[in-house]
Amino acid sequence: MKTLKFIGYLLTLPVILLLWWWVATSGEPNFFVPTPAKLAETFVNTWISERLFTDVLPSVTRLALGVLAAIVLGIALGLAVGLNRTLRALTEPVFEFFRALPPPVLVPVLMLLVGINDGMKIAVIISGCIWPVLLNTIEGVRSIDPVQNETSRSYGISGFNQIRYQILPAATPTIMAGVRQCLSIGLILMVISEMFASSSGLGFSIVQFQRSFAVPEMWSGIVVLGLIGVALSFIFQWCERRVLRWYHGLKEVEHAV
Amino acid sequence: MKKKARGIPTWVLGVIGIIVFLGLWELTPVVGLVKAQYLPPASEVLLTLANDLGLTAFWVAVGQTMLAWFLGLAIAAVSGLVLGLVIGMSPFLRRFTNSTIEFLRPIPSVALIPIAVLLFGMKLESSLLLIVFACFWQVLIQVLYGVADVDNVAMQTARSYGFSYLQRVRDVVFPTLLPYLMTGIRLGASVALILAITAELLIGTPGLGKEIVLAQSGGAIAGMYALILAAGFLGVAINGVTRLVQKRVLSWHASVRGEVIV
Amino acid sequence: MQSDTSTTAPQGDGVTASRGRTLPDGEALLSVRNLKKVYRTDGGDIEAVRNLTFDLGRGELVCLVGPSGSGKTTLLKCIAGLMGTTDGEVRLDGQKVTGPPKKMAVVFQEYGRSLFPWLRVADNVELPLKNASIPKAERKRLVAEALEAVGLAHVPRSYPWQLSGGMQQRVAIARAVAYQPEVLLMDEPFAAVDAQTRADLEDLIRSVWKKLGVTVLFVTHDIDESIYLGERVIILSSSPTVVQEDIVIDLPAERDQLETRSLPRFTELRHHVYAEIQRAKQGHRPAEAAGVVTE
Repeated sequence: MKTLKFIGYLLTLPVILLLWWWVATSGEPNFFVPTPAKLAETFVNTWISERLFTDVLPSVTRLALGVLAAIVLGIALGLAVGLNRTLRALTEPVFEFFRALPPPVLVPVLMLLVGINDGMKIAVIISGCIWPVLLNTIEGVRSIDPVQNETSRSYGISGFNQIRYQILPAATPTIMAGVRQCLSIGLILMVISEMFASSSGLGFSIVQFQRSFAVPEMWSGIVVLGLIGVALSFIFQWCERRVLRWYHGLKEVEHAV
Repeated sequence: MKKKARGIPTWVLGVIGIIVFLGLWELTPVVGLVKAQYLPPASEVLLTLANDLGLTAFWVAVGQTMLAWFLGLAIAAVSGLVLGLVIGMSPFLRRFTNSTIEFLRPIPSVALIPIAVLLFGMKLESSLLLIVFACFWQVLIQVLYGVADVDNVAMQTARSYGFSYLQRVRDVVFPTLLPYLMTGIRLGASVALILAITAELLIGTPGLGKEIVLAQSGGAIAGMYALILAAGFLGVAINGVTRLVQKRVLSWHASVRGEVIV
Repeated sequence: MQSDTSTTAPQGDGVTASRGRTLPDGEALLSVRNLKKVYRTDGGDIEAVRNLTFDLGRGELVCLVGPSGSGKTTLLKCIAGLMGTTDGEVRLDGQKVTGPPKKMAVVFQEYGRSLFPWLRVADNVELPLKNASIPKAERKRLVAEALEAVGLAHVPRSYPWQLSGGMQQRVAIARAVAYQPEVLLMDEPFAAVDAQTRADLEDLIRSVWKKLGVTVLFVTHDIDESIYLGERVIILSSSPTVVQEDIVIDLPAERDQLETRSLPRFTELRHHVYAEIQRAKQGHRPAEAAGVVTE
């Protein structure tokens, strides 16, 4: 009964929306919106094909590489800067500027500096995604409880061990919030770097479909992007739940008091 | 007591940091690390920017970007708030819509670019479609968190005193909600700028982003960097203003709540 | 151990010495000499500790008690090597303390913030040992023994925040005990727990002290607690801090919350310490002159 109710809540609204879409489009053919059946058919024909390997996988690989590099670099740099008060004060205004700079403007810049290739697209993703991780790491390290630091010092825990066992875990909740932003910016940058200057990839294909008025194909491409977004979000939530189990538990206890 | 770093005030170090950054930028093309035609020295770009500041066309472009930003954010904030309140206050609706929201929310709004082009072309509406879609979720999610945070005892008290639905929203839900709403709007504000610029870059809706593309394709590289700096300063200004507004609204909020509690 | 060079008897009124008991060279485990701490701030200098001198012999349990704001925490942090001194020195086993020494462990008042919430109870206790590169088997044994000693052998897999305040402080004590320090410093460790738990924890400290033979310096603002726990009580003046008085607690070694606290001697000592603290609060200072003390 409980599972039934759960499934009911899970599926009822999506099913209603699908039905509504089906009814709305099944009358006379609409140029802008394909019927659900047509979209499903186009989706399978377009993407479960060679395109999966020529367009989807390369895009996703670039995204993964760029985002991972941004996270690793952001955390490493953030630790270095966050642990040094002088360095923090020196870099703060410049970093704040880069955080505020809308990342898509980096695409034309990196096209100039790197050229139009895979490296450019990964560079765009790294240079746009690194800021939320970097600044959140700095903030996370800066706001560590001084009692925790004194505890480490009084037990002689310093250097790498202190970073590994105290500073990094303590800053993780803040860092994860940065990683969440990093992921959504990365996806945006993956798409627009391909829309801007490319001859392959998801973003390029979708724009091609739109320009040639292949509307069902265009929609199917949008569905692919949506699925990637949803998949990323689930992966992130899964990781976050594992990494921050202690944090959510702690917050729950604090809220209960 | 302001914290000091080795006796030098923080802001001085910040200024030194900016000068060092500009110095490195200035030297990079001079030393020949990057060709000056791809990265003009900082001085040239700053001069171009200073020149831009005197041009009407520049301010028109800034105005167009800000118009799309403001309208998009406003529509998203109002619709996010209203829908969030309606859904959040009913446990049934909350569970009923949860899966749909969780599925739609992660869809990147740039996926809608082709649709925007087909429907609206290079008009303002294209920008608005992207901005509203992106910001709406930010606001909605925060509003839902906020409503969920409303104190049950306060709600039951209000009900037992015969408060109407609207009275409950105004006097019980909204005060709790306000900090969450402000967070949503603050996050939405920077996302809105990103998408306004994206639409201008890719679709060609009028604004700073379009000018950047025009400068780049026209070979006015220093002009392009100047516009990019301008976009960055716009971002800094938006972050600053939203932080300030949030602080103002919430300090009022905290003091009012403080009086009620004591 | 029983060198009574400058120990003042409780009844000695007026004959207060401005320094605590000192031991001949080489006998003290922990010695504090002319310790001075001045905070430099934008608003000028604040003298927190003026001049403190006292010794702790090996295996002693000494309580530091003083009015609130008497620089107790500052003093403890200086002794622990967490904070530099402005003048004077702290020596542990003859070695000058410049940073946190290996032979010392600190139990902080804020147990909730001092335990790492991302580590489980046993991992919290184990971390300092892991950091000291103690072999795994040895580590496991020390952790198990320490948790056993504080009565927490049943919750090694819990997170600290799942436990009550008193249990969390027990974890912090277990962490300190497992570290096998020669000196255990405690900074008002029971200030934030309820009265019932507090009594239990006081007895726990006595039993740990007896069992392990560790030297304990216990800072508190609670007069009864200092007398009940200590073999010796050092009374601090109000800030800028000097030693107001250093007294021996001549109560039976076996202490019991009900029995001991109802002894006439307990009441006498309590009166005496209370009176001294009142005098300290009113600004009375013993032989007010740092110069006299500094040789």
